[in-house]
This record gives sequence, structure tokens and C-alpha cells, in this order.
Amino acid sequence: MLNTVLSARNGQASGTPEAAVQVEGIGKRYPGGVEALKDVTLDFPAGELTTLLGPSGCGKTTLLKIIAGLLDPSKGQIRVKGKQVHGPGPDRAFVFQDFALMPWATVLRNVAFGLELRGVAKAEREATARKYITEVGLTGFEQSYPHELSGGMRQRVGVARALAVDADILLMDEPFASIDEQTRRKLQEDLLQLLQIEKKTVIFVTHSIEEAVYVSDQIVLLSRRPGTVSRIIRPNLDHSTDLEAARRDKAYLDCVDEIWQTLKQYLV
Amino acid sequence: MADRTAASRRGLSEEVAGAGGHQIVERVPSDRQWLWRLISFAVVFGGWEIAGRIPVSPSFPTFSATIVALGEMLLDGTLAGAYAETVQPLILGMLLCSVMAVLFGVGMGLSRTVEWFSLPIFIILQAAPMAALIPLITFLYGIGLTAKVVAVMLMSAPIIVLNSYKGIRNTSPSLLDMSRSFMATRRQQIVKIILPSASGLIFAGLRLGVAAGVTGVVLAELLITPTGVGDLITYYRSVAEYPHMFASILSIIIFSSVAVTLLQRAETALFRPET
Amino acid sequence: MTVLGYRIPMMFSLLAWFVVWEIVGQLDLTILIPPFSGVIAAGITMLPSQKFHDAITITMTAFLAGMGLSLLVGIPLGILMGRVKAIGQLMGMWVNIFESSPLTAVIPVLMALLGFGQATIITTVFLFSVWVIALDVQVGAKHANASLLEMGRSFGASRFALYTKILFFAALPEILAGVRLGLIRGVKGVVIGQLLVAIVGVGELFELYSRNFLMEEFWALVIMVFAFAFAISETVAYVERRIEYYASTR
Repeated sequence: MLNTVLSARNGQASGTPEAAVQVEGIGKRYPGGVEALKDVTLDFPAGELTTLLGPSGCGKTTLLKIIAGLLDPSKGQIRVKGKQVHGPGPDRAFVFQDFALMPWATVLRNVAFGLELRGVAKAEREATARKYITEVGLTGFEQSYPHELSGGMRQRVGVARALAVDADILLMDEPFASIDEQTRRKLQEDLLQLLQIEKKTVIFVTHSIEEAVYVSDQIVLLSRRPGTVSRIIRPNLDHSTDLEAARRDKAYLDCVDEIWQTLKQYLV
Repeated sequence: MADRTAASRRGLSEEVAGAGGHQIVERVPSDRQWLWRLISFAVVFGGWEIAGRIPVSPSFPTFSATIVALGEMLLDGTLAGAYAETVQPLILGMLLCSVMAVLFGVGMGLSRTVEWFSLPIFIILQAAPMAALIPLITFLYGIGLTAKVVAVMLMSAPIIVLNSYKGIRNTSPSLLDMSRSFMATRRQQIVKIILPSASGLIFAGLRLGVAAGVTGVVLAELLITPTGVGDLITYYRSVAEYPHMFASILSIIIFSSVAVTLLQRAETALFRPET
Repeated sequence: MTVLGYRIPMMFSLLAWFVVWEIVGQLDLTILIPPFSGVIAAGITMLPSQKFHDAITITMTAFLAGMGLSLLVGIPLGILMGRVKAIGQLMGMWVNIFESSPLTAVIPVLMALLGFGQATIITTVFLFSVWVIALDVQVGAKHANASLLEMGRSFGASRFALYTKILFFAALPEILAGVRLGLIRGVKGVVIGQLLVAIVGVGELFELYSRNFLMEEFWALVIMVFAFAFAISETVAYVERRIEYYASTR
């Protein structure tokens, strides 16, 4: 049932039209000499959610930040829709692990912030922000400040902010890692529901195997540092009918187990 | 009065406050705390009264005598006259110093070159007893208003500069990443992220600066020219009117606490909509 | 800053400022700023002189005595304030007020009460430094890891052992921060006290040099006092960094 693609994809043509983001031969060495990534080549299919999964310190967040343009790679290049990019762009929006909300700004201003930076008029950007605040289920909290919200609600603000700039690609860096287990499950379901409306390409970093299998169309397993692509797995879960059922699906359990068997070798 | 929470105090005493540098604003004391506060006043003032009655020293007045003297000085305008003089160099010095020191500290936080050239100096100046330079001030500016203004600035500048600098450098890296990922220009990043996030520590620096500035003006009035409150203290000591002398000192301590508290209230009212 | 690819440590910028000082001094713009080399020379001739020795001895004695008192009172007071609610409530307000108030104004009282000698200076050092020490220690004692204390109690530690073997070490980072800030204030206290009393120690020298326009000696003394203040605060800061691993385990 599982559709496993081996990592030796270098020979394969990377110009497939449906790839929203292409990572080509990316390597990253930090000034201290630590090599975080080594020759990573990957395609992220348009309209799909791809997870970067691996042991802690494998460079998944580094790779995501390189794709976001927040970090410069030491080697290789990033293409978005076929065009090489340097630095952040309007086509990509980032969701942060620690939410990165401005504590001095209301939910409304936080969500509208990306548009504010682009110089969109106040009335217009607030109308857009309100739409996405509703979409993530925070109606009524427009005038609240981040410290008045729970962790889960704060990340909903982070997601709304990323959606508000209307980028095609969402980059999510362990978005639910600092949120308690029950809230996290709810957020995962809501994210999947949201993506059925919004049709985005999502690159999602997590260290939770269950989370990766549950939300992903495609899972990229990274090896220990220096991170390289170890395996690519497609869980093929059916989310369209019942979001709850997927967690009881045999395919879900098998996939979790298979990934665990692979990742186990990287643990000490 | 000066009952600040631990978090804000750590910001005040040069310890770097948490990411974002936001100060927790003074809590309104509950009924029980008022009771404790009352007991606390009673114990300290009672102790003072007893020590004055023994007396510990002929030049140590009782609490009641001091309060009577304070009342007298308030009523006959002595204090008002003295503070009219003391406040001038303080306000002038603080205004000048706030603008320059905050700008400099911000510049130091934003530019690596400015940082390299000036951070070590300010670290040393902040740890050093700047009062040692006060004899020089007389030398440069004589004994007029200018000398006192300079004394205020000398005492308050290092802490304001360093706190502003720390405020800038403490901006949460993930907020900086956030603004970059949404493609903020450097200008937008400074105006919309860095400065709001630094404002907590900058204001904390200004409060500390005011406290240091009061020390500066008192020192100038005691050392350079006998005017204002400094003159009152010196005069009453020379004529051995100890209750009045204690009352003058009490008044400057109250003045400083009130000034610092008012500054915090003003900050909360004007710049902290989220609280 | 980097020059030709080499990172130059920040403290080296002081050298650059000394060069600027030397140039300004050589230009003879004002009598206030003699060349830096002259200041160094004056410092070197000053060091072995009897007058300087006496001043330093009397200043250091007052400083050490005052600081010793401060530590003896401030640390236990802070721990009690942090652990005993009544003491914290009774003292908190006063410690907070005195920590940020212009205690310089109190020195004339000390001169009236204790005269113009060492007692006044020692008390000044004590009053300048004790409050900040107590406050920081209180924060440390209050936020000490509760489960560490429970561990101690569950293994049957006596109250004394609990305080000296667990609480003191749990609060050590804050205690050291308080000691560092207290030392800085102590130096300020000894200088301000001696300046106001004006007839003892380093304060007397400052007065003497500035009154007689001995600018080279004046600056030499300023540099020595500033260097001393910086050195002791950095020493404590070094110890603080050595125990930084504390922070990661709580």
C-alpha cells in the first residue's frame, strides 16, 4: 500500500511542471564549521503538503529557512515555480514555531501585518484580515492581544497572518510543537480542513511521526546531521470523507511504524 | 509606591529582561497588601520614633519631629522654593539627556561599527563612579545652572544609553525573521518591530536615568553650589536643626520615588495599550 | 568589527580612543585634557608615593568593610524576604524604595551622626549596596526550584541544611548578580562618600588634584578608579558565567 520512493533522485529530471518548490543540491555549513545539510535535492509538488521529518538537529528547520530565504545556503539553489529565488518573496509565507506575534499589536493588526508591510490601505487590509480570522475560527478576538490568547489560538493567528498575504506556498516550522497534545490534534484537523478550501502548497517541519503521517501527502525523512534525504514516503490517507477516521486507518498505523523503524537507526 | 514586580526590576538593574523586553506593569495592591503596607509603615516609623526618643544620638530626631518639620516646610513654602530650584537642572538635564542618550543607544544597537567603538566605553562608564568627574564640572562650567545640568546628564547618560542598546539588541530573533519573511524593508523593520520591542527596556532605562539624575542634582547641590534641596540639607545641618534636615532628605527620597512611579504610569497609559 | 578579514575584539576600541585622547591632548586645546601619555606618566610616578598609598589603604578598608557588612546583612535578608512571607511583605517596599532612591542625600546625615571619619564612609558603602543585594537574592530565593526543596524535605533535611545546602546554591545565580551590582554601587558609594566628606582617601585626592589643576594626576586617578570598578564587576561576571549551567537545569 505504501508508495516509497528512494532518495536517489538526482538523475531524475527536476523540471517537472507540477513542482511548486525545487531544492537542488542544497548544502549548509554554519560559520562554526557545523555541517547542517549535505546535498539535499527534493521536489515539493504543487497543492500538496510535504513534511520534513527527522531526528532533532537533522537540519529540517535549516532547510525550511533556506527555502523561505531567511538563511543563505552554502551550496545549491532553490527554485520556486521554476524560477531561482534569493531571499524571501511574496510567493512564500512562514508560520513560526514560537508564533512570532507582536505582543504590542492586536490580533487584527498581527494578521494584517504582512499586508501592512506591503503598503495596503488600512481598510482593505483589515477587511482581508477579518476574513482569515474568521476562517481560522477566531471571530470575536480581533481586538485581543496575543498574551490574552492560549497557545493554540496564538498559532491560529500565525496561520491567519500567513494566509492573509495570499502566498501560494506555506512554510510551517514545527507550528504545533509548543502546543499541548489535545489542542494539537484539533489544530491538525482544522489545518487539513482549511487546506481543502485554500489549496496551498505546504512545507511542514515536525519531529512528530504521528503528526507527519496524519497531515502529509508526502513525507521526507532526513538523516542525522549532516542532513540528507533518507526516504520519501506517501502515506496515502484519505482525509476527504472523515478527518477522525484517518487516525484509525490501518495505513496510518503501518506508516507510523515503518517510519519509526527507519528513524530508530538514527537514534543513539 | 515603588513596589515593582521582579520581572520589571530585573530589567531595571541592568539585567537583561526577557525577549521583547516587555515590562510587567505594577499590580494594584489588594486589600490584604494594603494592610501589610500599613503594618510595614507602622513598624518602620515606630522604630524610628523610639530610636529618636532614646535618643540614639543628639542629632537623630524622632519621626514625629521630622514630620512636623516637613509640614512646616511645606506650609511656609521653603520646600516649594527649594524644589523650584532643584527641578530646573533636573528637567533640563533629563530632557537633553533622554533624547541624546536614547538616540545614541539605539544607534549603537543598530550599527555594528558604532557598537564596536562605543560599547566598551559605556560598559565601563556604567560600572564606574561617575561622581568622581564632578569636581571637573565646576572647573569647566563654573557654579551655575549649566554645571548642574551637566552633572545630571553625566550621572544618567550611561544607564540610558546601555538600556536603549540592550533593548534594540534584545529584539526577538523570530520577530526579526518574521518581518524579513514578510519582506519588510530595513526601515519598516526598525520602525514596526525593533523600536516597539525595545521600548520596554528604553523606558526602564529612562526611569533608572531619572533616579540617577536626582542623585546627580543632589550631588551637584551638595558639592558645587548650595542651592535647592542640597542647600536646605547643608543649611539645616550647619545650624543643627536636625528635624528639618531629616525632613529635607525624606522629601527628596519621596520626590524620587514619585517621579519614577509617575514615569511608569505615563508609559503604561501612553504606550501600552495591550495591558 | 573586522579589518582585512580579522575580527578585532571590541575592547580594542579603547586603544583607538586612547590614541584620539593623545592627539587631542597634544593639540593643547584645553588644560582639562592633557596628552594620554602624560596621564600614564603621572600615574606611574603617583603609584609608589606615600600619599597615594595612604589614600588607597583608607579607601579600600572602608570599601571592604562596607561591602562585608552589606553581604552579611543583604544575603540573609534577601533569603528571608524570599522565603518568609511576612518579612517579604514588611521589608519589600522599603528595600525597593531605598534601592532606587538618591541615598547621596543621606550622607550629610551620616556626617552629622558619625563624624567625618571611616564610620561615615563604611556606612555609605553599606547603604549604597545592601538594598540591591537583598532584592536580587530575594528574587533568587523566591524562584528557587520548588521541587529541589521538596526533594530535600523528602530526604529529611533539617531546616538549616535546607537553607545552606540547597536554597543558597539554587539561588546562587541571582545572589552573584546581586553581589556584582552591589559591588558596583559600593564603589560609587565610597567615591561619593569621600567626595562629600572631602578630607579622606581617594575623595581627598580628587579634590586636591582638581583644585590645583593637576589634570594629569586627576585623570590617572580616574582611570585607576574606573578600572578597579570595572575589574571587580567583571570578576564576578566571570564567576556568573562559570555557573551559567545552573540556568539550563531549572
